Amino acid sequence: MLLAIVTISLMAGLFGLILGYASIRFKVEGNPVVDQIDALLPQTQCGQCTYAGCRPYAEAIANGEAPINQCPPGGQATIVALADLLDTEVLKLNAEHGEHLDVPLVAVIDEQTCIGCTLCIQACPVDAILGAAKHMHTVIADECTGCKLCLPPCPVDCIDMVPERLTIDDWKWSNPLDQLELAQDG
Amino acid sequence: MTRVIVSSPYVAPGNSLKRLMIQVIVALLPGTIAYAWFFGPGVIVNVALAIIFALAFEAAILRLRAKPVLPHLTDFSAVVAAWLFALCLPMHAPWWLVAVGMGFAMVAGKHLYGGLGFNPFNPAMVGYVVLLISFPREMTTWYLPAAVSGQTLSLAESVAYSFGSVDIGQWDALSSATPLDQVKTGIGQNIPIDEIRQAPLFGHYGGTGWEWIALWWFVGGVYLLITKTIRWHIPLSLLTAVMSMALLFYLIDPAIYASPLFHLLSGAVVIGAFFIATDPVSAATTDLGRIYYGLMIGSLIYVIRVWGGYPDGIAFAVLLANMCVPLIDYYTQPRVYGEK
Amino acid sequence: MAKLFHFHGGLHLDGHKTESLTQELRQASLPAQLILPLRQHIGEYNKPLVDVGNRVLKGDVIATNSSLICAAVHAPTSGIVSAIGNYPVPHPSGQPDRCIVIDVDGKDEAAETDIIDPQDLEPDELIQRICRAGIVGLGGAAFPTSPKLARGKMHRVDTLIINGVECEPYITCDDMLMRHYAAEVIRGSGYLQQILRPQTTLIAIEDNKPEAIATLRQALANHPLADTEIIAIPTIYPSGGEKQLIQILTGKEVPHGKLAFDIGLLCQNVGTCGAITRALEQDQPLISRIVTCTGDNIQQPGNWEVRFGTPIGHLIEQAGGYKNADDPYLVMGGPMMGFALSGDSLPIVKASNCIMVMHEETIPHAPGYHDECIRCSKCTEVCPAQLLPQQLYWHARAKAYDRTQEFNLFDCIECGCCSAVCPSQIPLVQYYRAAKSEIRGAHKAQFKSDRARARFEFREKRLLLKQQADEERRRLKREALKKKQLQRGVSDDAMPDPVQAALERVKERKKAVEEETR
Repeated sequence: MLLAIVTISLMAGLFGLILGYASIRFKVEGNPVVDQIDALLPQTQCGQCTYAGCRPYAEAIANGEAPINQCPPGGQATIVALADLLDTEVLKLNAEHGEHLDVPLVAVIDEQTCIGCTLCIQACPVDAILGAAKHMHTVIADECTGCKLCLPPCPVDCIDMVPERLTIDDWKWSNPLDQLELAQDG
Repeated sequence: MTRVIVSSPYVAPGNSLKRLMIQVIVALLPGTIAYAWFFGPGVIVNVALAIIFALAFEAAILRLRAKPVLPHLTDFSAVVAAWLFALCLPMHAPWWLVAVGMGFAMVAGKHLYGGLGFNPFNPAMVGYVVLLISFPREMTTWYLPAAVSGQTLSLAESVAYSFGSVDIGQWDALSSATPLDQVKTGIGQNIPIDEIRQAPLFGHYGGTGWEWIALWWFVGGVYLLITKTIRWHIPLSLLTAVMSMALLFYLIDPAIYASPLFHLLSGAVVIGAFFIATDPVSAATTDLGRIYYGLMIGSLIYVIRVWGGYPDGIAFAVLLANMCVPLIDYYTQPRVYGEK
Repeated sequence: MAKLFHFHGGLHLDGHKTESLTQELRQASLPAQLILPLRQHIGEYNKPLVDVGNRVLKGDVIATNSSLICAAVHAPTSGIVSAIGNYPVPHPSGQPDRCIVIDVDGKDEAAETDIIDPQDLEPDELIQRICRAGIVGLGGAAFPTSPKLARGKMHRVDTLIINGVECEPYITCDDMLMRHYAAEVIRGSGYLQQILRPQTTLIAIEDNKPEAIATLRQALANHPLADTEIIAIPTIYPSGGEKQLIQILTGKEVPHGKLAFDIGLLCQNVGTCGAITRALEQDQPLISRIVTCTGDNIQQPGNWEVRFGTPIGHLIEQAGGYKNADDPYLVMGGPMMGFALSGDSLPIVKASNCIMVMHEETIPHAPGYHDECIRCSKCTEVCPAQLLPQQLYWHARAKAYDRTQEFNLFDCIECGCCSAVCPSQIPLVQYYRAAKSEIRGAHKAQFKSDRARARFEFREKRLLLKQQADEERRRLKREALKKKQLQRGVSDDAMPDPVQAALERVKERKKAVEEETR
């Protein structure tokens, strides 16, 4: 009897030590689920999901506080990828948060109208607007995510959202199946 | 005008499914004629019935699936499947047997999986196995070759037989087991092979008539190889497996194990090697994989014939090997250019 | 003669070469207008160096850029720049791209040249002069030649391969070039030897071009080069592909993910050799090339030396026009790897080796019904990259792009052999091209989103630091204030509240004002 108790206790102690060591040795930095979700989000940082950026939204999804269908820039593709990652049901994009656009938008500042107030610079989540007080501002088109956060603060409404300019390098061959479907529909 | 952008190559297609299938049909002709020569025109009735039922079932299910009917029917894949299926049946079979078999082959074997190209199993063999299991009596009532019985049914009699308007009883004397069946039964009764093969049912190497039909299947197979319709890997490895297993056991005890030549020239080994196992849709696709696939079918045929419950095993062997195809293909991927 | 090797698969195709070889090489006349795309090579866009209204002379640089992989564009003749804008260019998409338009004045006045004997130049100077001449690989891919040579020189090239194979049906421009400019090709190979110092040089030509082989052998006898051999290789498509040619000549395979010079090899096209000779000996930039104009729907097929920017229609006129003008189908390149053009107003560019004029009805121009794959593996048998095209097809069709990459989609050289032999007539290459574009697009989007994430996180961090710094400054200020007050000996309680004090001052002033008015 005593032997059994001692043996079990020793084993429990030993396993405890092993587990304790393992938890230190193999400690995972950060929250991997949040990182994985964040990696699938488009990083537009637009806040249309009602969170203050993609990472906060990723955290909310990981904590089960937000559904996966609140990201219009990512569209259905992102929802499918998230559903696949989290092994949940594929939902339809929640229209309350906005619509998905096939061609991403880019902000353009009308440099004639800009008064150099710097408000848009402060609003831009990815520092894609250059300029200084009372000097004209401009958007670095390659860095702009099309989040539209610079629109509301502008006192003179000089920012427009235009579709991203595509070059012939962005052109894609179409899948013959899609061509066939188009032909049959048309 | 906006033209739909299509990619190169812009060369006229040099090949088509229809051409491939017609080549198979051409290759089947000499063997089929030989079959009719030795056993009477019953086989032609079977082939014709099977083709009619196959096309009818395929047309119906294509309609149901809202697919273009005519292009699929005229690729002749259903005709080839029907033809092969009919060759596996006993030379005289009632029409409904053909219909049930073809129905299963086309509906369950082919279209339930998505149609041509998507079926994991050889449709003709699916139909055949369903019949073999469901209607053992009809599927094992074979007839003697003309050379033994001295008579065959005429075309009209064969048709009448198929549609059940004549009494089967009057030809009872003609009915017989196949040579393979006879060997299996004989060995079960501890009769040595040599003695079993004294019966007139047996010819020089295999069964009377059967051995010559096998030769003509071989000729058709060589035609397929020459026209590059099939490649050598599956037939060669399949025949090698059957022959070497037969040789091994024949050397161990010739009294209870038939000779390699008997195994080669009896039953469906040759037609199986060149026509059935080479069905590209359900076969392995890599060169090495095809060799494994052929070896697997060949050894399974021998195992089923000698130790299994059925006299011939090509259908089961092919279906079992079909199941292994994804695995075989996965593990036999060739080396890509530039990889070590 | 060296032992030759085989590559996997390949096809024996109808050559259709004699049609365009019956006529001698001719000079194409100058059109009224030249349209010069700013980018005619693989790499970054060039920036125009001229403005509308400028007069340019033949050989003037009109567009260039400062990136490493660059090929400048030169004025092919003298004239006035009449426009800079978007015009349709030869590209599978049929979309317009940035071009400079020159109104030709017909004088064909050349810019000043600076001719130095290339024998006296160092390898780096030679490369620089090749770069200045805007030379790109003239085999069809149009990769700038000078960076390729510079990297080759860094890697030490053992074997220099001069590619005169021209395996694709219908195309005969390299054959013509070797017949007419054999001496230039040989001297150009000599300059490449001067740059790269290879141990051996192999000039490979398919054995269906006996005349070119004989002419080149004669030229080599007249101008002997060290350790150089002209090798006739068997005719099989695609033996002219760089990797396949390397395999035929050396038996080596370019390792996965590496380039030819990683195994001590470098390939150059014969046309490029000719262009190098002109650039080095006459200081003449790349402003023209030999173009085959052939096909079933052209009156007089043949080869022409054409200035870049010449509209294709102008070339077709010189070839006697269309046989049937109702249904011309224009393809740039050959029937196996070329691409369809949206019309005949497009210009000839550096990559235009051949203009094939076909009948529209013989081309599968509508996305039609094709049979399903029956897994016959005929595609596997012919694939020179030793891929499994039918597996790639299943995954590309299902848009399972990860799986296509597991089956080495990007090792596909798009040679078209699989599509050509498919009994179900599946447009396999188009499935692969579509899958490749999707994957490239996804990579680009991923790259952009990764950048956006990094910038967002950096901004968050910066804002946080700023906030902390502000708080710290305020805290320090408060503390400093407290210290001062303590020194004065005034306690916190005795200090009047500044807001209260201000309010009282306002009240007092108001009172005073009221009293005054009273």
